[in-house]
Amino acid sequence: MADTSSIKGDLRLSNITKTYGDFTAVNDLSLTIPEGSFFALLGPSGCGKTTTLRMVAGLEEPTKGTISLGNTDITYTKPYQRPINTVFQNYALFPHLSIFENIAFGLRRRGIKDVKPQVEKALELVELSHLAGRKPTQLSGGQQQRIALARAIVNRPALLLLDEPLGALDLKLRRQMQIELKWIQKEVGLTFVHVTHDQEEAMTMADTIAVMNEGEIEQLGSPADLYDNPKTAFVANFLGQSNLIKGTISGNDGDNHIVDLFGQKISLAKNRSHAVDNSILAGIRPEKFRISRLETATSGNLLTGGKIEDVSYIGVSTQYQVLMPWGQELMVFEQNDDAVAPFSVGENVNISWESGFTFALRGDEDAEAGMEVEPEEIIDEDE
Amino acid sequence: MRKVSRWFQRNLIRIYAGVAFTYLLIPIAYTVAFSFNDGGKSNLIWKGFTFNNWLNPCGAPEVCTALGNSIKIGFLATTFATILGTMIAFAIGRHKFRGRSATNLLIFLPMATPEIVLGASLLSLFLTLKINPGFWPTVIAHVMFCISFVVVTVKARIASLDPRLEQAAMDLYANEVETFRRVTFPLVAPGIAGAALLAFSLSFDDFIITNFNSGTMTTFPKFVYVSAARGIPPQANVIGSSMFLIALVIVILGQIVGRKRAVK
Repeated sequence: MADTSSIKGDLRLSNITKTYGDFTAVNDLSLTIPEGSFFALLGPSGCGKTTTLRMVAGLEEPTKGTISLGNTDITYTKPYQRPINTVFQNYALFPHLSIFENIAFGLRRRGIKDVKPQVEKALELVELSHLAGRKPTQLSGGQQQRIALARAIVNRPALLLLDEPLGALDLKLRRQMQIELKWIQKEVGLTFVHVTHDQEEAMTMADTIAVMNEGEIEQLGSPADLYDNPKTAFVANFLGQSNLIKGTISGNDGDNHIVDLFGQKISLAKNRSHAVDNSILAGIRPEKFRISRLETATSGNLLTGGKIEDVSYIGVSTQYQVLMPWGQELMVFEQNDDAVAPFSVGENVNISWESGFTFALRGDEDAEAGMEVEPEEIIDEDE
Repeated sequence: MRKVSRWFQRNLIRIYAGVAFTYLLIPIAYTVAFSFNDGGKSNLIWKGFTFNNWLNPCGAPEVCTALGNSIKIGFLATTFATILGTMIAFAIGRHKFRGRSATNLLIFLPMATPEIVLGASLLSLFLTLKINPGFWPTVIAHVMFCISFVVVTVKARIASLDPRLEQAAMDLYANEVETFRRVTFPLVAPGIAGAALLAFSLSFDDFIITNFNSGTMTTFPKFVYVSAARGIPPQANVIGSSMFLIALVIVILGQIVGRKRAVK
């Protein structure tokens, strides 16, 4: 019987490090998650996101650093002494208990006598009231997922942790549950911390995303921030796709840098540059590009001398690979809105875009960081 | 001709199964049949059908005393072996400590050692300690070899238990004791029950080790062995058949309960 109701507030991780022998899973991580927010820890397999979550849950102890909730230090308290509940990756429903008893488990352990109204309310929230008497093995994956959620939410924790909660569901059900989870979070007003390797899932659901790589946070911000103005090549490639072109800053024009990309000049807003010197990687998202046949005067930036290498029609858009004079293939997504006739392989084209969409990274970064990871393919557990 | 061979091909598995089952069941059928033999003291030749043996299972001298001893020893050995073995299984399956692999090996030894060696060395141990063979030395001997089987069975169950279930319990405000009581134990319990049944049948069945350490006390296997010289009384067949039937009923009930649960 643990009374944890007085502990609440923002979750604060300060200089958290977790090592296993020689391996550093989480490296000097500091993070504040405001009360009531929907926060996502996003990163590839092995980036330390699950380890971080387990430390918050109390299932692992940090090697260094502190974790506090509001004004209470919870770094070394037991899992059952924290007002934190987890939706486990494979749900971890108790196979010997009925659905009702699974949901009532946390309430009963906290010494609540009349569990029925609360359990029923939780079942209503996930729309599975009719399954109360069943055993977990008699439920489908999606139903088990909802029960796992209900079992955690019924306790009204200060913090709800979701460890790849939708990883085992098929794509369609996953999309539906994403929207539902978001709605439930608004409905109950709890702080959700969601761990995932699926960038689309993180962007759909979270208010704030922390992108993790090799035990550290690469960038933290709203989905739009991270997508439109990534700070590192890893973020640029892990969240969606990016064209990163090597270049040098050759001059200034008011609020803009003039950038030289293999002899062609483009402009870049100074406040969208994360470079430290004149050597940069200019970044443009594939859907920001426009392809044109003639060297017509286009507003914004222009790169000439491209040649269509590959065309893939995928319904909402057509994806082109355009070979540039310096040997790099750029990716271009064109909407199929009939504004331009489709291009064919071998055509000579130019590429243009609104200069405000350009971002710049440090020139010494690996342009392929975060690319080798195919998020959709990773289904196994972190660590 | 071809028709016959095709029929044969199609039913080969069934024929094979039939032969195998016949082979397995003939001794049991024989035992059951001869429990109805009006054979008197020696039960070797079929002399006529009677219910007398079943109506009077304790009719032969000593048979029920021996049975009683076997059951008592079985229950005591099962109880001790199950409790100790389960604790050992949890220690080995869940914790890392110095001497863990050595313990694993030691647990395996009684299963690998020939029973005749175990029985003889236990006897010399008891005699050295000035303990006379009899009821309690037999119980101790049975506990010893049953423990190994309990540990192996329960350990397998623990290994198959998803550690996340216990983590989930802790996450849901259950402390260590409650987690064990509400989650770990109920999930391991079927393995413990299986181990206990196995221990009982091993103990009940044991002849070699018992023969060395029981002194003048008779157990059911010992009774059967000794009386084999002059002919086993049909009462022994009655008891043997009953044992078989009881086991069969338990298995069938288990299946029915299991199926009902699955349907619900």
